[in-house]
Amino acid sequence: MFTETAISKQKRWTENVMRIFFLVMTSLMILPLLLIIGYLIYKALPVLSLEFLFTNPKDNMRAGGLWAPFLGTIYLVVVSLLVSAPIGVFAAVYLNEYARESWFTRITNLAVVNLAGVPSIVHALFGVGAFVLFAGLGESILAASLTLAIMTLPVIIASTTEALKAVPMSFREACWNLGATRWQTIRRIVIPNSISGILTGVILQVSRAAGETAPIMFTGAVFYKAIAEGNLFAYNVMEQCMALSLHLFTISTQVPDVTEGIPYGTAVVLVGSVLLVNAAAIVLRVYLRTRKKW
Amino acid sequence: MNSNSQNGSQTTPIIEVTDLKVHYGNTPALNGVSFDVYQNEILGIIGPAQSGKTTLLKVINRTLEFTPDTTVAGSVKLDGEDISTIGDVYGLRRRIGMVQPLPVGLPLSIYDNVAFAPRTAGIRAKSELDEIVERCLQQAALWEEVKDRLNTLGTKLSGGQQQRLTIARALSHQPDILCLDEFSIAVDPVTTMRIEEVLKTLRTEMTILLVTNLVQQAKRLANRTAFFLNGDLIEIDTTDIIFSENPSEQATYDYVNGTFG
Repeated sequence: MFTETAISKQKRWTENVMRIFFLVMTSLMILPLLLIIGYLIYKALPVLSLEFLFTNPKDNMRAGGLWAPFLGTIYLVVVSLLVSAPIGVFAAVYLNEYARESWFTRITNLAVVNLAGVPSIVHALFGVGAFVLFAGLGESILAASLTLAIMTLPVIIASTTEALKAVPMSFREACWNLGATRWQTIRRIVIPNSISGILTGVILQVSRAAGETAPIMFTGAVFYKAIAEGNLFAYNVMEQCMALSLHLFTISTQVPDVTEGIPYGTAVVLVGSVLLVNAAAIVLRVYLRTRKKW
Repeated sequence: MNSNSQNGSQTTPIIEVTDLKVHYGNTPALNGVSFDVYQNEILGIIGPAQSGKTTLLKVINRTLEFTPDTTVAGSVKLDGEDISTIGDVYGLRRRIGMVQPLPVGLPLSIYDNVAFAPRTAGIRAKSELDEIVERCLQQAALWEEVKDRLNTLGTKLSGGQQQRLTIARALSHQPDILCLDEFSIAVDPVTTMRIEEVLKTLRTEMTILLVTNLVQQAKRLANRTAFFLNGDLIEIDTTDIIFSENPSEQATYDYVNGTFG
């Protein structure tokens, strides 16, 4: 009764072929990532050390470490997220929880989608016009961070909206039936149950803000600037700063005779810190998911 | 069981619905229905899907306002006051307990589920909340099963327990009217019977609107029964008459006896 027929044999064969096909595709996806990271670390090994991270570049950037660009990138990322995270999250809460379908929400949603598709160099030009010149901030950490904030805002709105939509509508209806206002519903039910998704979306924007070169190039990042080593408050937000992404571009293309390890070391630090932050996001997400309440 | 079916039918109406019309966009959901609900009766509301039963409940506690693009005409009065002009809509909703078809345990502890409405209404005292939680869980016949684990998640209860939790929550704001929308749809027959027993006790304290797709449930519990069809109120009368051999409308007889359509 259960002996293998020609048809079931063929089914089993197809099943195996398809599984292997998908496995190969997955491996092809992972392979470049591993090769890139492996190659970078291999090339960077001669220069990698704690001292590399905590000293300023020296000798016209042909020697020394990464302190100024590393701290600059941290400033840019933190200031930009301090601006874009609250605005983005609260805007998404409004659009998802309060707003009724109207021309205003339709235009806003359209703007969000289109803003997310604008190339970063266009954001850079907007930043020069709006923040550096019009607002009179000059080329500064603040102007560059605001430009990065404009760039990350639509994605934060989109990811927050996703997180809010994942909370079932029936929870909201149950709260309304109990005489709760929209705000009470949001505060007691919606936000506590979407906070993991919201935070993950925000944290993932760290990597975008840290990696971009174009938006900061004309708004606040400089080729070279020495700062006090080991002082976390060495930058003023109204001054310019160095940044890892721009520094990597400079030493790979603009400065001759750089020690080979230094650009690779810069890349490792940039990719490494981004991976570290993303890993933190994943850990946070896993932790909050174990506390999932339905 | 229908010995007291005349209960309430002579007393004052608590809800007066007059020529109520509801549209979703251009689609009509209720086409001008008028009826009264009397104090301390169980009004059974029966009818096939898409007949406007759920819409009716949403109009009464004004949660239809959360659905975009709806228009409501006609009037619904609660204790003689038109609900559309009531200032404190949240107070209105707390006068009406609502139980939805699928059990919805909020992602909070059992205790917090029941304490949710009292807290949003401003009650903070622990002793008062404790007392409300115990009373409501007792009333919903759930207390004995959960009294030792009030801090576990309400969403982790079984479907039948969650539906009783929903009823306890609906009672937590001491409503005058309890609306149940096909509460037994996701509940096993034993739990259904337990909840029906609960409703029989509750009718002494409040008015109950029982929307049900089980006509026998209306027959078991309701003092009066209303039959809705495609947004029209076909007939409303005492349950004895609706389920007799000769209700006023042939459609009622056909639906009640399962020979509909």
